[in-house]
Amino acid sequence: MNRALRPLLATTAIFLLAYIAAVLQYPSMLSTRVLGNFLTDNAFLGIAAVGMTFVILSGGIDLSVGAVIGFSTVLIATLIMWAGLHPLLAFAITLVISAAFGAVMGAAIHYLKVPSFIVTLAGMFLARGGASVLSPDSIGIKHDLYTNISRSYILLPGGGRLTVIAMIMLAVFVLGIILAHRTRFGSYVYALGGNETSAALMGVPVARTTILVYTLSSTLAGIAGIVFSLYTSAGYSLSALGVELDAIAAVVIGGTLLTGGYGFVAGTFIGVMLQGLVQTYIVFDGTLSSWWTKIVIGGLLFLFILLQRLVFSASSPRKKAFRKS
Amino acid sequence: MKRHPLTAALLRPQFAALAAVLFINWLLFPGFFTITWQDGRLFGSLIDVLNRGAPVAILAIGVTAVIATKGVDLSVGAVMAISGAVAAVMVSSGTPATIAIPVALLAGLVCGFWNGVLVTYLDIQPIIATLVLMVAGRGLAQLITEGSIVTFSDPLLSFIGTGAFLGLPMPVVIALVLMVGATLAVRRTALGLLIEAVGVNRSAARFAGISSRLLLLLVYSFAGVCAAIAGLIVAGDIRGADANNAGLWLELDAILAVVLGGTSLLGGRFSIPMSVVGALIIQAMNTGILISGFSPQFNLVVKSGVIILILVLQSPMAAQWMGRHLSFLTSPRNRSAK
Amino acid sequence: MQSKAELWQAGNGGQDMADGETPVLEARGITKIFGQHRALDGVDFAVRPGEVHALLGENGAGKSTLIKILTGAYQPDGGEIVLEGAPIRFTDPLNAQGAGIGTVYQEVNLLPNRSVAENLFLGRQPTRFGLVQRKAIVTEATALMAAYGLDIDVRAELGSFSVAVQQIVAIARAVELSGKVLVLDEPTASLDRNEVEKLFEVVAKLKARGLGIIFITHFLDQVFALADRVTILRNGQLIGTRDLRELTATEVVRMMLGKDLAYGHSTLPVAEAAKGPVKVTFTGLGRAGRVAPFTLSLHEGEVVGVAGLLGSGRTEMARLMFGVDTADEGEIMVSGKPLKIRNPAQAVMAGFGFCPEDRKLDGIFGELSVRENIIIALQAKLGWFRALHRDEQDEIAGRYADDLDIRAASHDMPVKLLSGGNQQKVILARWLANDPTFLILDEPTRGIDVGAHAEIVRTINRLREEGLALLVISSELDEVVAYSNRVVVMRDRQMVAELHGADITPAVIVAAIADNTGSAEARI
Repeated sequence: MNRALRPLLATTAIFLLAYIAAVLQYPSMLSTRVLGNFLTDNAFLGIAAVGMTFVILSGGIDLSVGAVIGFSTVLIATLIMWAGLHPLLAFAITLVISAAFGAVMGAAIHYLKVPSFIVTLAGMFLARGGASVLSPDSIGIKHDLYTNISRSYILLPGGGRLTVIAMIMLAVFVLGIILAHRTRFGSYVYALGGNETSAALMGVPVARTTILVYTLSSTLAGIAGIVFSLYTSAGYSLSALGVELDAIAAVVIGGTLLTGGYGFVAGTFIGVMLQGLVQTYIVFDGTLSSWWTKIVIGGLLFLFILLQRLVFSASSPRKKAFRKS
Repeated sequence: MKRHPLTAALLRPQFAALAAVLFINWLLFPGFFTITWQDGRLFGSLIDVLNRGAPVAILAIGVTAVIATKGVDLSVGAVMAISGAVAAVMVSSGTPATIAIPVALLAGLVCGFWNGVLVTYLDIQPIIATLVLMVAGRGLAQLITEGSIVTFSDPLLSFIGTGAFLGLPMPVVIALVLMVGATLAVRRTALGLLIEAVGVNRSAARFAGISSRLLLLLVYSFAGVCAAIAGLIVAGDIRGADANNAGLWLELDAILAVVLGGTSLLGGRFSIPMSVVGALIIQAMNTGILISGFSPQFNLVVKSGVIILILVLQSPMAAQWMGRHLSFLTSPRNRSAK
Repeated sequence: MQSKAELWQAGNGGQDMADGETPVLEARGITKIFGQHRALDGVDFAVRPGEVHALLGENGAGKSTLIKILTGAYQPDGGEIVLEGAPIRFTDPLNAQGAGIGTVYQEVNLLPNRSVAENLFLGRQPTRFGLVQRKAIVTEATALMAAYGLDIDVRAELGSFSVAVQQIVAIARAVELSGKVLVLDEPTASLDRNEVEKLFEVVAKLKARGLGIIFITHFLDQVFALADRVTILRNGQLIGTRDLRELTATEVVRMMLGKDLAYGHSTLPVAEAAKGPVKVTFTGLGRAGRVAPFTLSLHEGEVVGVAGLLGSGRTEMARLMFGVDTADEGEIMVSGKPLKIRNPAQAVMAGFGFCPEDRKLDGIFGELSVRENIIIALQAKLGWFRALHRDEQDEIAGRYADDLDIRAASHDMPVKLLSGGNQQKVILARWLANDPTFLILDEPTRGIDVGAHAEIVRTINRLREEGLALLVISSELDEVVAYSNRVVVMRDRQMVAELHGADITPAVIVAAIADNTGSAEARI
């Protein structure tokens, strides 16, 4: 069996067992209503996590996604409420800026030969700072489009609602899966994460792929920002604080190797859902407090890092040299 | 002629940078260098820079040695929250601070030791190993405080954050003592050299008979203790433990301080006092932005600018460019050796 | 893409072989200089279509530099490369690949994390509407692997297969992409006998197809089994290109190590047996897959030379002794007391020292000063708290720097700025400062300019006279003869001979190294 599948299967099994256990305790958790909320509440996280999956697969890390989400919400809010632009135009501007932001970070990582966590750390400071320079306070967004979008959904059998932002997340996941597994770009990303030297010798355009990976991550963070602004109808510089860590956790719990080269975009979806499940369970329980989420996520993160070490180091004799990560 | 070591140290670019930032602050706020004596302690913007910079300086003291071994510790911010929470919860439930403080430090030690075990025995890359505690640590802190901001009025604990000793604020005194103590500990023993050797070339260190595992455990544990001390200061300062915000993003400030201080992220040579200077540069910028009336968030932009500048200056590309365009600065012999 | 059926019948392979005098790839007068070191000095090399051309030489002979120039990784400082009669410049390995020169390395430079099929087609996957046609790739890859005699699931990840299969995949990719010259850089180093045979079958087929194949290896029997001609390099110089049908293994070893029989009866003194008491004994020390169990005692005031070709297990033996690799079996006695050595720290505590072959990787701390590099092992032995005072450090560094004539402008300068010879002396000083009882030197004169060789040899002799037990691994047979009381010979990861007294001559050593490999049955 493919080694890379093992952590993914473990995640899926843990998710199913946890869900069954939760349903046995609270039967009402087995409803399309809860599932619909699952998707809606974690839409922005899921979208950002798809981008993070590509970055981690390529052997890097992106600490700036939470900040880019925050920046995007503020930018959208200021463009709509202060500049009076139509939301769609504001979205387009936001995506162009966030894409450019990612491209610059990717170029810095490749050409300056600096570890990605340092460059994206600078990116995080810049995006958070930029957002609060635009507006330190939360800006409410009032626009017909926002009202219409938040009112539209597909009614699922059983009373659940599949909202527009949930559909956006699902679409991003589907596109992400195709991009990772069915395109040359996807194979280049895996190649970079496997062994950059080999990849270069095999003709992988290393510079272009690195830049595109971070561009993709920031663009998806921009989309996550749009979704977040639709979700909260506001723009706030401190929104989505720490989402980068949740996204990294979702990616790793979803079975992607933190050092790159192995993993699945679909696994990240399960990782996100598992985090959603933990949150929902805590809400249903009522006595447990929300901080348990972080502890459980941290515990799962540790468990999966350990699992990956067992699965990957035992059977691979050639250790990768120290890589920038 | 050999320059006196102290003169040579003071000629480093970090001091020039610190002086420049302080000078700009003085331009923005002419009273910047004014220091007054009041109620048995010193007051003034400069003292404020020292006082506010102390937590990051203390974190940087711990993280310096970790980075010198080619590692990194992302969890120190979360460890601050844990130690603050432990101390606050204990004193607010009636435990004397003389017990609560050692327990809080022990909690930091355990956290650091955990990181060290992951790095040495499970052989997980430092950035990933410490990420686990970065994610879970804040949850643990909230678990300890049960999600609320625990306030206290214990005089000893608040003295750590707000008191003064010989006219200097306590945080400054603690940071100074720690800096001097840690510097002596690494330079008067063989630790400093062995840490550098492991950071420069771990394989050669093994061949030379250095047991790097114990050394790494020590280094990560020390970073945990430093984080715990910083956590106590922050908790003492606000007379409460805020598990959500205590030490938030300070791990990144600490890493930045170490890099500003000249310790390479690739390991090797390190200087604890220079990391403290790095922390002061960061705080002087923060204070400058504050007194010039910008939003405090603006200093994130400035900070990112500083990181970018350092990265560009340190990059191989810059070295090449300087090699090409400033080659008249290097002697012909150096050039031919290249 | 070319159909798989015609792969093996590809037209005129046989004809090319017949008039195989025109080389497909030729290097003329190649010179490469690193700093002041001439890695290659006017080397000529040519590979004909339809031949397997072995390239031999010890470490530092220049063969990897030559290969890097032929495959575009380095630019030559002099000379030219000619491909099919036309001069050509390769800007980088990709460029050379595109021009027809494919390379397969010992450490397979493919992606173990991806499927076999993807490794074969990365960068040239057929796509439709931007989507990779996975079915087509799998079909093509399966057919391609079948043509190479492999019936495997090409969708499985490359890393799950044996190194032999990975090698063949790498060869298939290189041939598909390049198709004129195939460079095999130590492809058999980690293969077992069956796997080697499998690989050789593939190489024989490619040869019949008319490819020029450059084969680099340490195993002489494989050279004789597979290659048509051989080019031998030593110290960056071309020693010669010969038809292997005209050569014996002993002659090849002699060319590699630079010995001829006349030189063999050297004027150097015949070493006496050491008279001192036994210092260290290794009994049945071994590790599966690395070194077969060996037994060796070293006396006080004795130098034991270790001869053997690269890959013969000589370095592995030293690593076991020093605890760099842990032995599966065997015992170690130091001064009559049994001792467990499971890591280098324990070896250092037992009074051992080790100057490793790869100074840069395992020896020096480049950023640290000469002084710190010298005192580091002593400091490691003293522990964390008994720090050597700066004055003591200066004194120790000064003493050994004078003693070994280490030339550095200052003892506070980073050791990386020193020449190779001086770096070697710094590492030697590091162990001498530790007052060792037993010292292992692995290729102490490697990569050092010839003038410094004599100095190192004198030092080894002096240390012997001072009562040290030394184990010196070297492929410089003149030098081995000049300092050894005894010589042990390694071959195929086994200790195969121990030479004493009058037997310690380059000629006898060469014969012992070559032995079986020169026998008739190994020669096709």
